[in-house]
Amino acid sequence: MSEKSSNKGLIGWIDARFPLTKMWEEHLSKYYAPKNFNFWYFFGSLALLILVIQIVTGIFLTMHYKPDGEMAFTSVEYIMRDVDWGWLIRYLHSTGSSAFFIVVYLHMLRGVMYGSYQKPRELIWLFGMFIYLALMAEAFMGYLLPWGQMSYWGAQVIISLFGAIPVIGDDLTLWIRGDFVISDATLNRFFALHVVAVPLVLIMLVVMHILALHEVGSNNPEGIEIKNHKDENGNPLDGIPFHPYYSVKDIVGVVVFLILFSIVVFFMPEMGGYFLEHANFVPANQYQTPDHIAPVWYFTPYYAILRAVPDKLIGVILMFAAIFVLFILPWIDRGTVHSIRYRSSAYKWLLAMFVISFIGLGYLGALPLSDFRTFFARVYSIGYFGFFLGLWWISKNEKTKPVPERIQ
Amino acid sequence: MKKVFIIVVGLLMPVLSWGVESTTYPNDKIEIDWDDKASMQRGARTFVNYCMSCHSAKYSRYNRVGQDLEISDSLLLDNLIFTTDKKGDKTKVGELMTITMTPDYAERAFGVVPPDLSLIARSRGVNWLYNYLRGFYVDETRPLGMNNGVFDKVAMPHVLVDLQGYQEVKTIMQPDGQGGEHEVIVGFELVKPGSQSKSEYDQTVHDLVAFLDYLAEPYKQTRQKVGTGVIIFLFILLILTYFLKKEYWKDIH
Repeated sequence: MSEKSSNKGLIGWIDARFPLTKMWEEHLSKYYAPKNFNFWYFFGSLALLILVIQIVTGIFLTMHYKPDGEMAFTSVEYIMRDVDWGWLIRYLHSTGSSAFFIVVYLHMLRGVMYGSYQKPRELIWLFGMFIYLALMAEAFMGYLLPWGQMSYWGAQVIISLFGAIPVIGDDLTLWIRGDFVISDATLNRFFALHVVAVPLVLIMLVVMHILALHEVGSNNPEGIEIKNHKDENGNPLDGIPFHPYYSVKDIVGVVVFLILFSIVVFFMPEMGGYFLEHANFVPANQYQTPDHIAPVWYFTPYYAILRAVPDKLIGVILMFAAIFVLFILPWIDRGTVHSIRYRSSAYKWLLAMFVISFIGLGYLGALPLSDFRTFFARVYSIGYFGFFLGLWWISKNEKTKPVPERIQ
Repeated sequence: MKKVFIIVVGLLMPVLSWGVESTTYPNDKIEIDWDDKASMQRGARTFVNYCMSCHSAKYSRYNRVGQDLEISDSLLLDNLIFTTDKKGDKTKVGELMTITMTPDYAERAFGVVPPDLSLIARSRGVNWLYNYLRGFYVDETRPLGMNNGVFDKVAMPHVLVDLQGYQEVKTIMQPDGQGGEHEVIVGFELVKPGSQSKSEYDQTVHDLVAFLDYLAEPYKQTRQKVGTGVIIFLFILLILTYFLKKEYWKDIH
């Protein structure tokens, strides 16, 4: 083994026993990425950064937090007031969760725009979707932990959705809660899942997501394969080593992100009641419902779809379908051209409709119901699902533009 | 492009329009000056004298309030601490701002347990508090003879009535948009003055709300100060990292 490594000294010693240099080269210094990554390509590394922020701040929060129905709310205020820099750790964590979703939504939109889910990257997309699912579970369970009114009633609403499933619904909700209402038992299991189980799954999925990416190579805004044109050493002509080129570029993205992130953390941690809801500054009370229950903003698009349907069961099915349909996107899109740059105008219109519908649903899902809003929630729901139907329809014989051979 | 713009705006219409919000009276707005420690000190005095018989501030400690609002321990003991601990000794300055009234007793007395006020400014907002504390009016149909223009049928008695005095309500009938009419409060009339004039009372409530705002997030000024430093540091780092990137990328075409 040691003959293979050109390194001497400590690194050579390690390389003889562990593929340190090999991994470094495979994933960073000799991982060739297309040279034309644009703005949209910052969000993958940013998502990784936020994952680290969440894990580190989460560890410090667990040192002081008490997962107990009597003490949870008090322990959070104890962290905010009596623990040194506790407010900073907590705001980093609470802002981090919202930032995670913003970054992940943009990362997913990038994947859709440039066809990064298409062959041969279907598995990267699938792993990514499982990450998204795990992230939603993680965020949902984490939101119960401060044990405020919105934690309690938000969880109550979401868990009761499972009750709409025929036959097993009621038993299922009982099994999830571990009690007839949301209680100490629910809080304890959500704590266990939030700090141990789901993070483990998340980290494992992120590793698989990256391994799969590095196996097939990155897509790019042109949506063309850089591996088709290689130099005499077998390196892609339009590729550059991830390190140092993209490591130094991503650091710029990281600093810009941290500036925006700090503005929220230090100057608007509640973000007008969207990141930290006002009702969550009242301790959970099972005898008193808040005036208006809304899930945190990153769930509101799906919540709006649920509420747009008069029948609860069909609403629940459609809500889950809205997430499931994203999983099968690589097989819905029958086109061969990857990038939006070379796709038909029909595709561009469909994607615009999808983005507007998603934002519209997200906004409506945060508001109390009215007839007017329900009508628009239905329009947007049709727009949301219409994207996938339309994509399946148009992608069979799509009028695309000629795709260049090489990156300019 | 223009067509696209019109369609996008059209499709986002319900997102850009707001529903009709229910109005309450009074509906004034205030600005809290976090550097005005004197105002917060006066608010703290009003708080311990008028609010803390029934409402706790159990997430906050007396000496933290003292440090932040520049009140010495001896002044705290003399002017702000009126409770005793379990042994019967005077509450110490490092203690949490709890009250002796038990929730069971409070529920029997008022029908509801008066909420802890540590975070009330974050759950209700300062404007709501400012209006609520000025919104009590005489209403003989209520058990305590008072109602509130902001919080209809509130269980809390008007504890500041000696300061504000008694005010009666002026209402008009307004169409409710669904064919009917409903009563809307348009003003108050002072029928029995209290010990303070209207502007003095407004200032008392302003000070109290300023204190509650402080109480809800005592580290707010630290947060903003640290944040300014962090962001300045990040901007300097941005310049360095930008030029580092540029240097590395200069031969990539």
